[in-house]
Order: sequence, then structure tokens, then C-alpha cells
Amino acid sequence: MLYMLLHATVADGPPVPPDADTTPTKWIEEMEGRQVTRASNRLRPPDEKTAATVRVSGGQTLLTHGPYAELQEQVGGFDLIEAADLDEAIEIAAKHPSARFGAVEVRPLWVG
Amino acid sequence: MGGVAPLAGSAAVHDALRSAFTDEWGRVVATLIRITGDWSLAEDCAQDAFTAAAKRWPHDGIPQRPGAWLTTTARNSALDRLRRSTAEARKLKEVASMQELEQAGSHDGDRDAEESIPDDRLRLIFTCCHPALPLDARVALTLRTLCGLTVAEIARAFGASEHAMAKRLVRARQKITNAGIPYRVPTGELLPERLDGVLAVLYLLFTEGYVASSGPDVVREPLSSEAIRLTRTMAQLMPDDPEVLGLLALELLHDARRPGRVDDAGRLVPLEEQDRLAWDRGRIAEGVDVLTTALSHGQPGSYLIQAQVAALHSTAATSVDTDWSAIAALYDHLAKLNPSPYVDLSRVVAVGMARGPAAGLELLHELDLFGRLAGNHYVPAAEADLLRRAGRHREAAAAYRSALELVANDAERRYLDRRLAEVS
Repeated sequence: MLYMLLHATVADGPPVPPDADTTPTKWIEEMEGRQVTRASNRLRPPDEKTAATVRVSGGQTLLTHGPYAELQEQVGGFDLIEAADLDEAIEIAAKHPSARFGAVEVRPLWVG
Repeated sequence: MGGVAPLAGSAAVHDALRSAFTDEWGRVVATLIRITGDWSLAEDCAQDAFTAAAKRWPHDGIPQRPGAWLTTTARNSALDRLRRSTAEARKLKEVASMQELEQAGSHDGDRDAEESIPDDRLRLIFTCCHPALPLDARVALTLRTLCGLTVAEIARAFGASEHAMAKRLVRARQKITNAGIPYRVPTGELLPERLDGVLAVLYLLFTEGYVASSGPDVVREPLSSEAIRLTRTMAQLMPDDPEVLGLLALELLHDARRPGRVDDAGRLVPLEEQDRLAWDRGRIAEGVDVLTTALSHGQPGSYLIQAQVAALHSTAATSVDTDWSAIAALYDHLAKLNPSPYVDLSRVVAVGMARGPAAGLELLHELDLFGRLAGNHYVPAAEADLLRRAGRHREAAAAYRSALELVANDAERRYLDRRLAEVS
């Protein structure tokens, strides 16, 4: 099955120790070996104000600057993975550093 | 379909049907889920098989292997249902499960048919209790698929409407399919953590039937027996796990005291005043036996420690004769292993019995239980009992009144009312 891992930074989460290794290098290596990753990227951080939100209403395209909602937890990146089942997806998510320093939402894809 | 016993009387058939339902429902559903991967289909077909048994056993006699008979009948019903549905729309997945069903059926007539059916109940219970499901859904799903309770029965036990309960079950089954929750016993480092989750659901089920959290408790009693039955099954399937055995011992030892807990008028009787002759001696002996086996399997975990406490209560001749110091020490151990204000409160009560009410009161305040369990009636109730035993009746009355303002359970309310009258 295909799962989307959404990596979130938690606003009121525990402070990250300055010497902590937050880079997912080891995770990427392992997952490349296991051939689970289908797509992967980081989003530009919200404080760069690069986000734009599009809504269409009554045939009019409405553009607002910034993310679509003021979220407590901001999505900072994603990995699209293929796993045998939810338990494998949870295991993969739990190994990612963002599970320790923030949170990872595991969402099954509609078809997959 | 194997040998058939000589024609039996209708009472014997009735008993056979009853015990087959109790023993085999979960197993039939679990096997059908494994073969078809379809939870609703599995339940419907198990229902079909038991309906067929009720019709045919009175005429054909009770099969020698009721479990094999029921599984084969349920499997045939699944094949029929799938053939009918695929006549219109042939779905690949369904054709695949039909092939599996036919293969599984190729052992028909084999005398060892029942032995060749693997016991799938363990994977079923781990799936029902998967942490990705909400807790109330885990409980409902376990009762429906493993115990065969009807939606109406489950709804009644939890004070929900039948409609709401049916919806909860549908959502849970959908989530299992859509989120890819595996139908499997977890392995490796996942197992201890998931096993804790399963035991928590079973214990919740047991306590829901034992101490109704609100309202009358009659409808909830079956929950305790279902919990004991499932824990027994777990203990059969995982015989070396000390916590599984610990939970079984704990449930048996609590359940043994059920006959003394409530008087004829339905009033809750406190432990110290219970008629210990009313307790179920057989069940206590069985509980102590299971406990002894569990203790030989490794370091005691939280259920095993609680079972040790229950055993000390169940085997003491009177409340005064109880080894309260040992109980206080066990709660101390439990609090270190599994910190909880409820454990601390139990320790307060034990210390109050072992070293006197003044020591209990001192510990109650030292552990800040009024702060940590604010709004809970157990703290003022425990304080009131300690004050009463210390002879401080005026303060005890005030504490009973605060407890009465917070209590929701009818039986406990009556107990507190009576105590209040004693000190007023």
C-alpha cells in the first residue's frame, strides 16, 4: 500500500538539543536499500512567506498569501512510501528523525 | 462432513449449540477473515453457519466436531455469497478469495479437518486491538467479532444507541481495510507493546463488567465473563507470557469475590464487611494456581502484581488477618513500575490498614492525591474512611458529603450514604 508521511514541526514541542542530529541521512540510506520511497521532498519553511493559497469561488480565482490555515503543526516535508501494511508504515515513520523532533502523520493513499 | 453422534434430545442439542457458539464463534470468524480478508462477510457467514446448525442439528444430530462443521458451513456460505455477488460484477479480489475458499475446502471429509484449521483468533484479537483504532472501537470490535455479541447487546452494555454502535463498527472495519491494518500477530520488538494494548482492552472489558462506571450494573456483568473467556484463550495461545497469565489470575481472583460484593438489596458491601464464605473458593484456587505459574515465568509486571494483591485479599480469613504490609509493599512496587495516582491511593488505603489511619491520612496528603485526582470521589471517600476509623466523625461526615457530590455509580452512592449516616 502507498502511504504519505507528512513531517510536521510542532509549535509547542520539546526543545531540540543543539547537538541533536536532525538530518535524516541514515533514514534515507536505509529506505533506499529497502526500496520503499516513491517520492520525497522538503517544503520551503512557512516563515519565508512563499506560500500562496488558491480558492475558486463563483468562477473567480481568489489568491491569499500564506498557508491555508494557521496551523499549530506545520508540514515541513513529505515522503511517499510503499509499505506492506500500516505496521510497516508506522515502523518507517518512527525511524525518521522528525518523529523525535516533531511528528509524522501517516496517511494511506486512496488508491494504492 | 465427518461422523455424526446418535440423534440427541432437544435439550442436548440446545446445550451443544450454546457451547458451540461460545467456543467456536471467534474461531470461525477469525478463519473466514484470514481466507477472505472481508470482515463483514466473515461475520455474516458465521451467522449463516450457526443458523444452519440450529436448523439441522436437531434432525441430523450433533456433529462429532462442531467446530469443523461450523467452519466448513461458513466457508460454503462465503463461496455461495461470493458466487452470487460476482455473477454481476466479477471482482479480481473476490475471485482470489473464492480460490482460497475452494482450496481450504479441499480437506472436506478428512477426519483431521479440524486440526488442519489453524487457530486464527490470536491474529484477530491483535487486529481488533490495534492502536490505530480508537479505544471504544477496539472494545466494540472485540465483542462483536471474537465474542459474537450482537450490536444491540454491545450498545446496551455501553449505553449507546444501536445505530451509533453499528456505525462505530462499520467505521472500524473500514479503517482496517483502508488504512491497511495488518491481520497478523506482531513480531519482534512490536509484540510486547501491542500485547500490552490487547491486555488493556481485555482488562477494560473486565472492569466495565465488574465496576459499572455509572448507572445500574446488571447489563454489564456478561462483559466480565467475556473478558475472562478471551483472557483464557490468550493464555492458551501464549502460555509462557507472565503478564497474560497475570491478567487471567487477576480477573479470576476479582471475579471470585463477586458473590460477596453486593448484598441482597443490591448494595455494595465493602471488602472488610464481605461474607468471605460467599466467595467462590474454586475460582480463588484456580486464580492462585495461575498466579503461581505466572510467577515462575519471569519478572512480575503490573497485572501480576495486582493479581498478587488480589490473592492476598482472597486467601485471608478476615480483613484484619490480611497481610496489609505485604499489600502496601506490592503497591509501592507497582507505583514505581507504573506511576499512577490510583495506585498511590490504593497504597494509602493499605498503609492505613497496616500502620493505622493516621499513617494513611499522612500519606494521602504527602502524595497530594486531592490535587492529582481532583474531582474524583475516591479520594474524599478514602479520606472519610480513614477519618471514621480514627474516630474523627465530624470531619469524616464532611468528607463523605464531598464524595457523594462526585460519585456517579449507584452502588457506591448507597455505600457512602450508609457510612455518612453512621458518623452523623
